Amino acid sequence: MKRIFKSSIGRKLAMALSGLFLIVFLLQHFIINFTSVIDPKIFNAFSHFMGNNPLVQFILQPILIAGVLFHFIMGFVLDWQNRKARPVKYVSFKGSSNSSLVSRNMIISGIVVLSFMALHFYDFWVPEMKYKYIDVLPENPDRYFEELVHKFEDPLRVGIYCISFIFLALHLVHGFASSFKSIGTNNKYAGIIKKISYYYGILIPLGFCFIAVYHYYSTI
Amino acid sequence: MKLFLKIWRQKDTKSKGSIVNYEIDGISPDMSFLEMMDVLNEKIILNGGDPVAFDHDCREGICGSCSMFINGEPHGPDRYVTTCQLHMRKFKDGDTIYIEPFRAKSFPVIKDLVVDRSSFDRIQQAGGYISVNTSGNPQDANAIPIEKESADKAFDAATCIGCGACVASCKNSSAMLFVSAKVSQFSYLPQGKVESTDRVLNMVKQMDEEGFGNCTNTGACHVECPKGISLDYITRMNSEYLKANIKK
Amino acid sequence: MSVINSNIPEGPIEKKWIKHKNEIKLVSPANKRGIDIIVVGTGLAGGSAAATLAELGYNVKAFCFQDSPRRAHSIAAQGGINAAKNYQGDGDSIYRLFYDTVKGGDYRSREANVYRLAEVSSNIIDQCVAQGVPFAREYGGLLDNRSFGGVLVSRTFYAKGQTGQQLLLGAYSAMNRQIARGKIKMFSRHEMMDIVLVNGKARGIIARNLISGELERHSAHAVVIASGGYGNVFYLSTNAMGSNVSAAWKIHKKGAFFANPCFTQIHPTCIPVSGDYQSKLTLMSESLRNDGRIWVPKKKSDSEAIRAGKLKPTEISEENRDYYLERRYPSFGNLVPRDVASRAAKERCDAGYGVNKTGEAVYLDFSSAILRYGREKALLKGIDQNDENKVKALGKDVVKAKYGNLFQMYEKIVDENPYETPMMIYPAVHYTMGGVWVDYNLMTTIPGCFAIGEANFSDHGANRLGASALMQGLADGYFILPYTIGEYLSDDIKTGKVSNDTKEFKEAEKSVADKIDVLLNTNGSKSVDYFHKKLGKIMWNKCGMSRNEVDLKKAIEDIQKLRSSFYKNVIIPGDKSSYNESLCKAMRLADFLELGELFAMDALKRNESCGGHFREEFQTKEGEALRMDDNFSFVSAWENNGDISNSKLHKENLEFSNVELKNRSYK
Repeated sequence: MKRIFKSSIGRKLAMALSGLFLIVFLLQHFIINFTSVIDPKIFNAFSHFMGNNPLVQFILQPILIAGVLFHFIMGFVLDWQNRKARPVKYVSFKGSSNSSLVSRNMIISGIVVLSFMALHFYDFWVPEMKYKYIDVLPENPDRYFEELVHKFEDPLRVGIYCISFIFLALHLVHGFASSFKSIGTNNKYAGIIKKISYYYGILIPLGFCFIAVYHYYSTI
Repeated sequence: MKLFLKIWRQKDTKSKGSIVNYEIDGISPDMSFLEMMDVLNEKIILNGGDPVAFDHDCREGICGSCSMFINGEPHGPDRYVTTCQLHMRKFKDGDTIYIEPFRAKSFPVIKDLVVDRSSFDRIQQAGGYISVNTSGNPQDANAIPIEKESADKAFDAATCIGCGACVASCKNSSAMLFVSAKVSQFSYLPQGKVESTDRVLNMVKQMDEEGFGNCTNTGACHVECPKGISLDYITRMNSEYLKANIKK
Repeated sequence: MSVINSNIPEGPIEKKWIKHKNEIKLVSPANKRGIDIIVVGTGLAGGSAAATLAELGYNVKAFCFQDSPRRAHSIAAQGGINAAKNYQGDGDSIYRLFYDTVKGGDYRSREANVYRLAEVSSNIIDQCVAQGVPFAREYGGLLDNRSFGGVLVSRTFYAKGQTGQQLLLGAYSAMNRQIARGKIKMFSRHEMMDIVLVNGKARGIIARNLISGELERHSAHAVVIASGGYGNVFYLSTNAMGSNVSAAWKIHKKGAFFANPCFTQIHPTCIPVSGDYQSKLTLMSESLRNDGRIWVPKKKSDSEAIRAGKLKPTEISEENRDYYLERRYPSFGNLVPRDVASRAAKERCDAGYGVNKTGEAVYLDFSSAILRYGREKALLKGIDQNDENKVKALGKDVVKAKYGNLFQMYEKIVDENPYETPMMIYPAVHYTMGGVWVDYNLMTTIPGCFAIGEANFSDHGANRLGASALMQGLADGYFILPYTIGEYLSDDIKTGKVSNDTKEFKEAEKSVADKIDVLLNTNGSKSVDYFHKKLGKIMWNKCGMSRNEVDLKKAIEDIQKLRSSFYKNVIIPGDKSSYNESLCKAMRLADFLELGELFAMDALKRNESCGGHFREEFQTKEGEALRMDDNFSFVSAWENNGDISNSKLHKENLEFSNVELKNRSYK
C-alpha cells in the first residue's frame, strides 16, 4: 500500500477520496443549515447535538479537519508537481479550446474556498471553540439559531459568502465527477455521475446562498 | 496567403530559446502545414540561415513524429489530425501563427521544434508487451475467440500513435491518456490479461519516474488526440491500478 | 553460372524449407551470448528480427533514424496482411498463396523463397494474435478477412485501416521486452553511414548520432539491413520523408549486389498531386477497391467540363460513365493487381479523360456500394428498401464502419466529402520490389551481411500483391532470418568480441567524415530539396509507369548531370556536430542520385514488360504487358565497380518447376 500513495494515481485517489468525503460532509452541513430556514427549533436541536456529542466532537470533527487540511495540502502539492512538469511555459496556450475553464482552474477555486473557510472558521468555529473549551460557558441549547442569524446581519459578509459559494460551485462541478474518475468508477456510470455532479455542484452552493440571503432579509 | 509566423527557436537542449518572427507569402490553402514549413525553410536556407528543425516523417498522420504546438494547441486548431495533415485552409490570409514545440519536462527540446519523447519508449519498455516468444509456435490464431466489443476497444486504444499531443495539451503535462491507452490495449484482450497486474504497476511507476504531471481529468488530451482516444481509458486504468495494488 | 549462388535447398518445393531448417547449423545458447548482431531499421522486418534474435540469445544492437523504433514507415501500411489460413473456407491454401504471389509478381521472383513465404504466413497471424495485435473480428469472435487485388480468395487479415501500425506495435512491443531485458540495445536517431568489412566479412557499421552529429563505430559478428525500400528516389512517393536507400546502397558499394532496381510498384489509389510544393503523396488503402468502383467519363467533353469546373461527377449519368477496369478485366474488375490498375488509369488520363485540374486523376466511387449496403441493412431492419434517403444513410454507416478513417483522411486532405462525391485518385510510387540481392538464407553477397523486408528483392518479383509486404517483412524477421543466420554464425563462435578499434573501422569512419565535409563545404546556392525534386521529375517522367529506350537513355544522362551539379551547387546550412536535417537529407540524396542511374540502366537492359516494369516497345495489341520469358527470366543482380555506369550485370536464372509460366491474364 505504500507504493500506491507514492504514485501519481495514488495521490489522485487520495485527493478524490478526501474530496468525496468533503462532499458528503457538505451535504450534511447543508441539510442541517437548511433546517434553520424551516424551523429554528430543529436547527437548534441538530446544532446542539453536533456541538456536544462526544463522537462528533472528538472523532468526527478531527477527522473532518484532517480531511480538509489533507485535501488542501494535497491540492497544493499536486499543483506544484504539475507546474514542475512543464518548466518552460508555452508562449501561447489555448486551454479554452479543449477543456473547461473550471477544470483548468481548480487551484484558484480551491484557494478561494480555502480563504472562505478561514473566514467561516473565524465566524463560527473559533467562537464556538472559545465558548465551549476556553471560556467554558454553560451550554444553552437554544443559542445556535441566534448566533447564526446574527452573523448574517452584515451585508458584506453575506456578499462574501455568496461569492465564495459561487467558487465552491465551480470547484464542485468539476471536482465531483473528477473524483469518481480518479477512483476508477466503471465508465458506464460516467454519464449519470456527470449529471449528478452538475446538479449537486450547483444546487448545494445555491442552497447555501439562499440560507445566507434568507437570514439577511429576515433580520431587516 | 500571407502569414506572420512566431516560431520557437532553440539551438539545443541546454540553450535558452525564444520566439523569432518570420513573414511568409504565397502560401496555398491546399498546402499542408509542414509543406508551409518546407517553403519557409527553403527561404531561410537560400538566405543563408539555419532552417527550423522539426520532426516529421510519414506525413500521413500515422507515424506520430510531427509535434508542433500551433496557436496554443498541439497539432493546431483542426481536430483528429496531426500537424502533417493540418492544411493551410484552416488559416486566413494575414493570420499570426505561434509555433512552439511540445513542452514538458519529460519532453526536453533537442532543437527548435524537435523534442525528445524517449520517455514514451521507456514507459513501454517497462511493460507494454505480452511476454510471448516470437520464435515459438503459438496456438492457432482462432483458438481463443474474442468478443468483438473487447477486440474493438482494444483496437481503439491501440490506435494511439504516440505523438505526445496528450502531454502537450495537458496543463499538467500528464501522460495518463497515453499510458492508459497502452495498458488498456492489452488488458482488454485475453492474451494480455495474464500479466495485466504487473504491467499496469510497472508502466505507471515508469510514467511517474519520467516526471510527467498528475492527471486532473480536464479532458484536454482527449479533445486534442489526433486519434480521439477516449478519456474512459484513464478511468479504466485508475481502476486497474488500484486493483493491482490490492492484489500485490 | 556466375559468381552468385542462391543456395536453394534441393528437394520438392514443399519440403525445401523444412529440410533446410532441420539441417541449418545451430549456435548453442552459450555461444549466442558471445555474438553481436547489428540490425539497421526497425520496421516490421527489422523490429521483428531484432526481437527474435535477442530472444534467441544474441546481443542485438538496433538502429533507426526516427526518434522511436515504432515510427518506422511500416506503420503507414493500411490495408492488411495475407496469410494462407483458409479461415473463410474459400479454398485457400499455401500453394494458392504461393501461386498468386508468383503470378502477381509476373514470374520474376524466386520460387523457393515465395513458397517459404506462403508456408510461414499462417504462423505470422498466430504469432501476432498471441502478441495482442487487435485484428478485426466478426461477431462470433473469430478473425475477419477481406480480399485484396489480384486474388480470388479472402485471405487478408486487417485492423481497420491501421494494419501496419498494429503489426509494427506488435514487433515494437516484442522489442521492448528485449530492450527491458538488456538483450537489445536501441539506438534511435542514429543513421547508418557505412558498413565495415574485415577480411571481406561484415563486421560492423559506422553510424551517425543525429542529435550530436558524432560518428560512432559499432562492431558485430553480422549486420542485418532492414532499411526498407527506395521509392523516395522519385521524390514524390507514399514513402515517409526519411525513407532512404542509403543503408542498402552503402552495402551495395561495398560488394552486395543490387537486384532488379527497376522493379517499382506504382500504387493505383493515391490522392492526386495538387501542386509543386507537394512533399509527399498519400495512399488510400487498396481495400477501397473492394467496394469502390473506378471510372472516368465516357465522353471526353464531360472530362473537359469537369476539369473546367463546369460539371460535377455526380451529374454524370450511369451510361456516360466508363468503368474501365470492369470493362477491360471483367473477371477481376476493380480488383486487378496494382500494376494493371495503375497503367489503366494512366492510359485513360493520357487519352484525355482525367478528371482533376491537371488531368491526372480518376474517380473512385462508393455510391453503388452505399446503396448496396444500405439495401442489405434496410432488409435486415425491415425498412422500406425504396426509401432512397434512408437506404443511403444506412449504407453510409456501413461504409463508415469499414473505411471511416480513410474517408476522413481524404476529406482532410482534399476538402471534399467522399460520401457525397466520388474520390479522386491517381497512381503513385509506393513500393520497390527490387533491392539487395540475397540468397535463400537472406544473405547478401557480402558474407555476414543480410537483407530482409523491402530492402531485399526476393519475394515479389516484378509486382507485389496487396497485403504481401507486411507478410514478407514479418516472415523474414520472425521466422526466416533468425534461423538462417545461424548457418553463417555457427562458424563465428570462436571469433570472440569484434574490436572496433581497427584499421578497417578507422578508415571507414574517416571516409564518412570526409564525405560529410565535402558536402558541407560545397557552399552552393541550391537546397537539397531542389535537387531531390529534379531527380524525382526525371525518374517519374522517364522511369515511371511506362518506359522506353530513348527516355531511359536520356534519364541516365540527366541523372549524371544532376549528380555533378549537386556536388557543385548544393548548399547545406549548419554544421556537422549538431542536429542538422539538411545534412541528413543531402547524404541520402547523394545515394539516390547514384541509385537512380542504376535504376534506369536496369530498366534499359530489361527488354520486356513485366509487372511494374512496362516498356512501351513491348506490349500486346491491347496494350497489355508483353513478357519475354525466353530472354529475361532472370534476376538482374548488379555489381558495383566504383563508377555506376561500370556496374556489372550478373544474372540469376529463374526456374519455375511448380508453376507454369503463363501470360498473366485478369480478364
